Amino acid sequence: MSSSNWAREALAVLAKDIRSEYRTRYAFSAVLLFAVTALAVVSFSVSPYSLDADVQAAFLWIVLFFSAMTGLSRSFVREEESRTAMSLRLTTAPEAVYMGKLLFNIALQAAVAAVVVPLFLVLMDIAPTHPGLLAWATILGTLALASSSTIIAAIVSRANAKGAIFAVLAFPVTLPGLSSAIRATTAALRGEAGSGLGLVAGVAGPAGAAGDLRSLAAYTVLMIASSLLLFDFVWDD
Amino acid sequence: MLDPLTGQGGFELIVDSVSKSYGARRVLRDVTARAGAGQVLVIAGPNGSGKSTLIKIVARLIRPTNGRVLWKLDGRALTAADVRRAIGMVSPDLTFYDELSAIENLRFFAQVRGLSATPEFVKSLLDRFGLRGRSGDLVGAYSSGMKQRLKFAFALMHNPPLLLLDEPTANLDERGIALVYDTIAQARLCKCVVIATNEPEEVRLGDVIIQLGA
Amino acid sequence: MCARMSRLFAALKWLLGVWMTVVIVAAFFYAPAAQNLGQMSRIIYFHIPAAWVSVLAFAVCTAYSVRYLGNRRTQDDAAASFSAELGLLFCVIATVSGSIFAKATWGSYWNWDPRETSIFVLLLIYGAYFALRSSVDDPARRGSLAAVYGVLAFITVPLLVFVAPRIPAVQSLHPDGPILATGGGLDMDRRMMTVFISSLIGFTGLYGWVFSLRLRTWRFITALANRQEG
Repeated sequence: MSSSNWAREALAVLAKDIRSEYRTRYAFSAVLLFAVTALAVVSFSVSPYSLDADVQAAFLWIVLFFSAMTGLSRSFVREEESRTAMSLRLTTAPEAVYMGKLLFNIALQAAVAAVVVPLFLVLMDIAPTHPGLLAWATILGTLALASSSTIIAAIVSRANAKGAIFAVLAFPVTLPGLSSAIRATTAALRGEAGSGLGLVAGVAGPAGAAGDLRSLAAYTVLMIASSLLLFDFVWDD
Repeated sequence: MLDPLTGQGGFELIVDSVSKSYGARRVLRDVTARAGAGQVLVIAGPNGSGKSTLIKIVARLIRPTNGRVLWKLDGRALTAADVRRAIGMVSPDLTFYDELSAIENLRFFAQVRGLSATPEFVKSLLDRFGLRGRSGDLVGAYSSGMKQRLKFAFALMHNPPLLLLDEPTANLDERGIALVYDTIAQARLCKCVVIATNEPEEVRLGDVIIQLGA
Repeated sequence: MCARMSRLFAALKWLLGVWMTVVIVAAFFYAPAAQNLGQMSRIIYFHIPAAWVSVLAFAVCTAYSVRYLGNRRTQDDAAASFSAELGLLFCVIATVSGSIFAKATWGSYWNWDPRETSIFVLLLIYGAYFALRSSVDDPARRGSLAAVYGVLAFITVPLLVFVAPRIPAVQSLHPDGPILATGGGLDMDRRMMTVFISSLIGFTGLYGWVFSLRLRTWRFITALANRQEG
């Protein structure tokens, strides 16, 4: 099959998923409410000025990670639960299914991040020292989260206990991406003060943050490539 | 690549000593059959004898535990992507997207199949199975008989050389059943048709019959 | 042929028993204590081999998983899961022994040293592996899902090892070569080295033995089940 067909099929899957999501809003409302609730709870109970940059960064990514865990399995699980996976198997190339779902998950997670990150900055009263770095960390971190959880979601959707094991399976696999994202975000929030400290404790300052962004991108590419190779075995049995 | 419009004459389906077990439970044992274009293969047997499992193995949805299925066109075995293009299937387990309308569902499946999903194409398809008046309704609001008709539109949209029908007349009224028999009569002229059924009337259609679970 | 093989295995089994006994005795009485760590240094004869075997077992699990995805033979899936079980067992042994050592030398059971982080993630991954296995009924599907997860997880482990040392604020507390020397030199003492290598061999043999035991039991049970059915 030629690659243009492939891309067209993937885009058709994406368009279908977006339309379904727009009509039902199963995933988006649940994820967004979760994220906003978690943000609000912490900013209620903690004075924003008492947190260090690394704690703030970790907190932001914990919220984003668990939002992904509530929402990103939906697109696959729903195909299995509503038994539409069979018609998809009959008609669509596995790679196109994977790419379509990946694109949908990226879109969903990006939409969540677009709400959560500004809200986080407002509620915690943070003016990031390096807004550009923060933006990059968010974008690449979102891609990393979506790429690792899409294949895990495909695995989980074929198991019996669909909801229960998603986070358990996803966490160890996501960890390399997650810790790079947290480090880059810490550097973005802390800024110059951090780079001096970084020399002592091995913390990445803005210079080291470039390395973190690179490893985030590498992680994402590795995840997508291996998912494409392995997806067939999950989808087709 | 398989051209669905021209490549039907030389189609051949070979089921070669297929067995399937789920853990210790054995569903199928050593099933062998062969059918070509212009033939009807009937899979008969009581409930729970593995008819649906076998037809899903033929549809490449389930992997057999032992044995194999071959899909051939002019003597050449088809690849996975070509098999997908060669099969049209109707099954009780087939489900469409409830939150999309019939038109949107068919358009989506036409797109992923690489067909030109023009509104006229989809409308004519719905017309053929008597769904024109309700084409804009969400599939979730369809009755089971209407869903069955939609499955035929889904199965035949790409004019496949292999038509798999699992309980084709389930949930249909008399006119629907007549439509199905018409469709089968037309399809058997040039396609290979596989029917899994209990109805004696449908079993009689078979050129080749697999009797399961005796 | 088969009888001779099984006699060879039986002999190897006894040899392994004697070997491990000698290694254990030698670890306490033959090898000298290290200069800095004192008696505590004797952990290397058990802790490091256990960690090595767990990594080896996980690698074997991944190899069998890849093979299962290629040929779909039930035996390869069973072998992958047995190897993962043993890997998890040795991983726990390495974690617990290391943690006791950490308490004795560095004053706390756990402090997210890079190697502690990696082994913790290994525990998580293979814990998740078995959680996944237990939540799928159909054996064929269980095999392929577990194999995919196993391969995916194994791909991320090296990344983690690369990333973990850079986790902020924690320098590695793990002792390296020089600490293990009796004198001031860089090399491990020769007697220590001998016991250490022997222990590595013994642990690897132990893993191989238990693994083959598991696999033979599995084959026997499967053959029995087939005979009863057929």
